[in-house]
Amino acid sequence: MSKPRMFLLVPIDANTVIAGAREVKNRFSLEIGKRGLAGEAKVIETGSFGPADAGVVVAVQPDGVVYGRLAPDDVPRIVEEHLVKGRPYVERILPGEKPPPPPESEDARHTQLHGRVVLDNCGRIDPDSIEEYIANDGYFALGQALTAMTPAQVIEEVKASGLRGRGGAGFPTGLKWSFCAPVKAREKYVICNADEGEPGTFKDRLIMEGDPHKVLEGMAICAYAIGATRGYVYIRGEYAISIERMQRAIDAARAKGLLGRNIFGRGFNFDIEIRKGAGAYVCGEETALIESMEGKRGLPRLKPPFPAQSGFRGMPTNVNNVETLANVPAIIRRGAAWFKSLGTAGTPGTKVYTILGHINRPGLIEVPAGVTLREIIEEYGGGMQSGSFHMAQLGGTAGDILGREMLDVPLDYDALQKVGHSLGSGAILIMNESVNVRDFLHACLKFFHHESCGRCGPCRNGLHVLRDITGRLKDGKAYKDDPGLMQEVALALKSSAFCPLGQSPAAPIMSAWRYFKDDILSGVDSNAARPRMARSLRADLSAAI
Amino acid sequence: MANTSKSSCACNGACTDAVWGELDEFIACQERGRNSLITVLHKAQELFGYLPVDVQKHIAKALGLTVSEVLGVVTFYHYFSMQPRGRHTVNVCMGTACYVRGAKKVMQAIQEQLGIKKGETTPDRRFSLTTQRCFGACGLAPVVMIDNDVHGRITPQKLAKILAKYE
Repeated sequence: MSKPRMFLLVPIDANTVIAGAREVKNRFSLEIGKRGLAGEAKVIETGSFGPADAGVVVAVQPDGVVYGRLAPDDVPRIVEEHLVKGRPYVERILPGEKPPPPPESEDARHTQLHGRVVLDNCGRIDPDSIEEYIANDGYFALGQALTAMTPAQVIEEVKASGLRGRGGAGFPTGLKWSFCAPVKAREKYVICNADEGEPGTFKDRLIMEGDPHKVLEGMAICAYAIGATRGYVYIRGEYAISIERMQRAIDAARAKGLLGRNIFGRGFNFDIEIRKGAGAYVCGEETALIESMEGKRGLPRLKPPFPAQSGFRGMPTNVNNVETLANVPAIIRRGAAWFKSLGTAGTPGTKVYTILGHINRPGLIEVPAGVTLREIIEEYGGGMQSGSFHMAQLGGTAGDILGREMLDVPLDYDALQKVGHSLGSGAILIMNESVNVRDFLHACLKFFHHESCGRCGPCRNGLHVLRDITGRLKDGKAYKDDPGLMQEVALALKSSAFCPLGQSPAAPIMSAWRYFKDDILSGVDSNAARPRMARSLRADLSAAI
Repeated sequence: MANTSKSSCACNGACTDAVWGELDEFIACQERGRNSLITVLHKAQELFGYLPVDVQKHIAKALGLTVSEVLGVVTFYHYFSMQPRGRHTVNVCMGTACYVRGAKKVMQAIQEQLGIKKGETTPDRRFSLTTQRCFGACGLAPVVMIDNDVHGRITPQKLAKILAKYE
């Protein structure tokens, strides 16, 4: 059979399925068959390559044309005009989108074109085909690690690459592995944290939906490095497509002997299972996640002992985020030096973001670490959709709120830390003036209050107080001392709460105070007086203290 | 053990012997004890639509746990429900991305159109209304999920049309 000269890449993911991507894909296959083009044009189901707001998207390669907002009835026109006559159908072209390179071209084998490391296959290959993943250097790194490197060398390579955890905290990954590796135990575990619960973040979902084998390969390399034999992917119960595709990927890898016993004939045994989460934000914290996997309420554990010593079932356990693990194969295959050449000195490599809010092209992007907020809005987000930039929240609800002053700060862990901010999980929410900062803060605090697991007092009670204060500020009925009290409680939580859930509300509160002090103060009603506590109660309280 | 509560139960006839049998079969394939609890609860909720106390008692016995341990886990996670649900579950995303794009108005409109509040079910058992922190479909904000279908860029006007599709 002749090799196809054209490829139609149709992303099927959570965002496009609703818009009818499956129908459009079927119609393409039908129309192409009708016109006898089956040998020349190939329709491929892929994961997302970026746009999350453009309805059904189809990329035609090698022409480099991206169509958007397609309905099944557009298909005959496109087949007629583009595939037969060679003239792109301009009415449906999505402006400003760079399509992924075609699946079988030579230049696509490397990532220079997009500068993508994690998402290099997303939107380009069929996520359900292990053959396509292997054809794009898939499982090459695992083979290399198993046959040519010792576990210690793998850890050294990851350490040298400077890869930092992409779940939000930015802890050096190689260092984390090196804690777990020397511990002697009957069994060790690798857990992939796919309980992506930070509102506004869906990068892990699209990585798993677009390139599930990359995550599995990263897990297997990690297992080899630390001496683990079992792996678990803890996925949110709501992520139906992710769960299906990861399961099919696990089955396919097992059938090819890339998971299971004696992998690559090197006596290395490793298998992976999926565990479904049940909807608790706090389970993104690694010890709470482990508790949940053991079938308990997801309450965080006291550290130490750290999971590296005693984690799942009391055994040494290494927990990494999806994106972190997806970086590993490329690091092993192409070396730490190459990885360091991307991004900045403090944060080598790339960062995957989901950009959202009042911009023209919300969606998934992967950019070198160190790109600024302004560049992200202008170059990747297609500019503001309406109004002008007012504020942004970096990294989901637990992230800092940034004002205009921060538009030009490079987004990497160190540069942000220098100006008192953190990068967070990878969500960037851009807002125009239509959003009131007091309203927004209250929405954030309502979320935290609802998600507090109740294990520790500061979080359980403190978030209640903060929710009430922000509620009064939102309504313009706050007492004079409320803004001060709000900061005091937020900082007390930061220093005394048991886990990051209770510590992080300080981030949006303190950063909002920094940039929008006047806005917040405008929520104070100078006539409002705090109700006085009954005298008897006061006496009781002071006696108790 | 299984049939005792059949007459008084609000499962709409979901808890037939076949369903109980399927649950037992599923449990038999799992490792006994705590580690399988959440996996089993997922399956049970899929089968029964919710997790009534009888089902929890049954699971506790089968896995060798106390009922209070099972109840503690069920009430901790949002995904599990002890209330019978309507035939369709309307889930409104209240994540920050949806919030800034008007989730509050959408929620109000749904409450008005269905005549119920969050956590309630319509008297005809057609719809239940819940909220969620984030579906990870933020590009389409504001988002409403009905059963397993995600509907994006919801406006109060669009709502009536969408709801009408679910009988």
